[in-house]
Amino acid sequence: MQEAIRPSLGARLSRRTPQLVLIPTLAAAFVYVVVFSIWTLWISVSQSTLLPNMAYGGFGEYAALWQSKRWIVAYQNLFLFGALYVLGSLFVGTLLAILIDQRVRFESVWRTIFLYPLAISFIVTGTVWRWIFHPQTGVERALNDMGWLSANFDWITDRDMALYVVVFTGIWHASGFAMALILAGLRSVDGDLIKAAQIDGASMPRIYRKVVLPTIWPIFVAVTVVLLQFAIKTYDLVVALTQGGPGVATTVPAIVVYDLMFERGQIAQGAAAAVMILAALAIVLVPYVVWMNWRNRTQGAAHG
Amino acid sequence: MAEIAQQGFDPLATGSRSRQLRARAVVYGLLGFFALLYLSPLLIILLNSYRPLAEIVREGFISGPEAMSWRYWGEAWGSFCLGGSCEGVSRYFNNTLIMTVPATILSTAFGVVNGYALSKYRFRYDTWVFGLITLGVFLPAQMTLLPWAFVLGKLGLSNSLAGLVLVHTVQGVSFTTLFCRNYFVAVPDDLIKAARIDGAGFWRIFRRIMLPLSPPILIVCVIWQFTGIWNEFLYGAVLTSGANQPITSAIVAFSGSGTGERHYNVEAASVIFAALPPLFIYVIGGKYFVRGLTSGAVK
Repeated sequence: MQEAIRPSLGARLSRRTPQLVLIPTLAAAFVYVVVFSIWTLWISVSQSTLLPNMAYGGFGEYAALWQSKRWIVAYQNLFLFGALYVLGSLFVGTLLAILIDQRVRFESVWRTIFLYPLAISFIVTGTVWRWIFHPQTGVERALNDMGWLSANFDWITDRDMALYVVVFTGIWHASGFAMALILAGLRSVDGDLIKAAQIDGASMPRIYRKVVLPTIWPIFVAVTVVLLQFAIKTYDLVVALTQGGPGVATTVPAIVVYDLMFERGQIAQGAAAAVMILAALAIVLVPYVVWMNWRNRTQGAAHG
Repeated sequence: MAEIAQQGFDPLATGSRSRQLRARAVVYGLLGFFALLYLSPLLIILLNSYRPLAEIVREGFISGPEAMSWRYWGEAWGSFCLGGSCEGVSRYFNNTLIMTVPATILSTAFGVVNGYALSKYRFRYDTWVFGLITLGVFLPAQMTLLPWAFVLGKLGLSNSLAGLVLVHTVQGVSFTTLFCRNYFVAVPDDLIKAARIDGAGFWRIFRRIMLPLSPPILIVCVIWQFTGIWNEFLYGAVLTSGANQPITSAIVAFSGSGTGERHYNVEAASVIFAALPPLFIYVIGGKYFVRGLTSGAVK
C-alpha cells in the first residue's frame, strides 16, 4: 500500500532496482575485464621500459619475446607441464574415485584426506615438497641415513628432472579435485546400465572402462579445462618449489611476466608476455564455451 | 535415483569368496598407499616444527624425533627476525586476516544480491552483463597487475591492505556472482511471481524469500573466498612490500633470506600458521567446499 503514496519517480526507481543494484559490480567488472585488458594490451605495444611510456612503439616487444630463449623454454615447459599435470591428475583422480566408489568404509575420511591439499596454498605446498625433494634435507638424506649410502634422489636440482618434480607436486595438489568431480559423476550413472553389463558377464574393470567412464566423459572435459587453466596460470607453486630453476629448467610463462615487469624493468615486454598467457587461456576456453553452448542448445531442442 | 542405483551396485560383493577378499585387499591397500602419500607432507612438517634445529640439520626432515619442544612455534609466531623486524609471522598472519575477512564479506554480499538480480529479473542485455562479470573469473592476474598498481597509486592505496581488499573484492565478486546466480536459478519463479502480485518489491522478496534460501550458497561463497584470498600470493607480492605483505609472501621471504643458518624448525612452524586457517575451514565445512568446486567447475 506504501507504493501508491510514493511519488512516481520512486516507483519508477524501484522498478529499476534489479538494474541499479548491478551497477557497482558492472562498473567494476567493466574496468577490471575490459579497461585493464586493453590497458595491458596497449602497454605491450607501447614504448614503455622501466617506466610507462604510452606512445605507440609497435609489435617489436612480441618479436623480442619470442626470440628470447628464456620465453621459449618457459612455453615449452608449460606444454610439457600442462600435459603431464592434467593427464596425471585425471589418472590419479579417476583411480581414487573408482576406489572410493567400491562402497568402502569411512568414505568421508578418505575423501577428506585426498581433497585437503586443495585447501592449502601453492606456497605452503611448494615449500614443504621442496624440503622433501631436496637431497640435503629430504628423501635422499633419509635413505642415506638408513644405510643405503648410494641412494640418489636429486631431481629437484637436476636440470632434466626438476620439471617432473613440479608435475608431481601439482598432481598431489589437484588430483583430489579431479577425484571429487569424477566421483560425483560416477554416482550419477544409471545403475540399470551397470546391472545389465553385469548380467552380460562383464568384469568390474571392464564395466568401468567400457560402460561407466565413457558415459561421464563431459566431466572429464570439464576437469581438463579447469586444470589446463590452473596450469597456464601456474606461478606460486614454481616460485615456492624451485624458483624456476635450476637455471631456467622450471621457468613458466607467469614467472617470465613477473621478472620482466618487476625485476628487469621491461614493462612492455612483460605486458606482451601477459597477453600471450591470455591468448593461451583463450585457446583453451573459447572452444569449450562454444561447445558448451552448442551442447546446451541441442540438448534443449531434444527436450523441447 | 542415485541412492537406489548405489544399493543395487556393490562390485566388491561379486565373484567367489576368495576373489572378493583379494579385491577388497587391493582396494584398501591402494587407498592406504595414496592416503599415506597425501598425508606425509603434513606429518613431516608437523613433526619438524617440534624438533631441535641441530637434529634436523644432522638427520634431515624425514626422521623420527628425539627431543621435542613447543619453543619453535612461539619463536615463529612472535620473535623470529624476518626482513629486518623481529615479530615473527604474527604480523603477516594478521595482515592476511585483515585483508581476507573484509574482502570475503564484501564479495559475498555483492555476489548474493547480484545473483538474485541476474537470476530472477529479465532486462535487456542481462546475459551480456552476466557474461562480462563472469569473464573476471578467467582473466589471468598478469593482465591486471600493471593497471592495478597504477590505479591503487592514484587512489592512495599503494602498499596497503585496503588496496588488496579492493583487488580481491573486485576479482571475488565474479566468482560469488557466478555461484549465486547458478544457485538461485533453481528457485521456482512462481514463488517470486506470487510475492510480486502480493505487492512485494525487490528488497522485500530478497529478505523474505531469497535470503532464507541462501545459507548453503552463502557458506560455499565464504569458504571459497576465504581460502582463495588467504592463499593468494601474486597480488600480495606485487602490490605490497615489507611489513604490509600477507603471510604467503613472508613464507617465500623466509626461503629467500638465504644468508647464514636456516631455521628449519621455525620455518616449519610458520608454514603451519600459514596453512592452518584454510585447513580449519576446510575440515569444518568440507561438504560445502566440495559443493562449491563442483558447481564452479561444471556449470
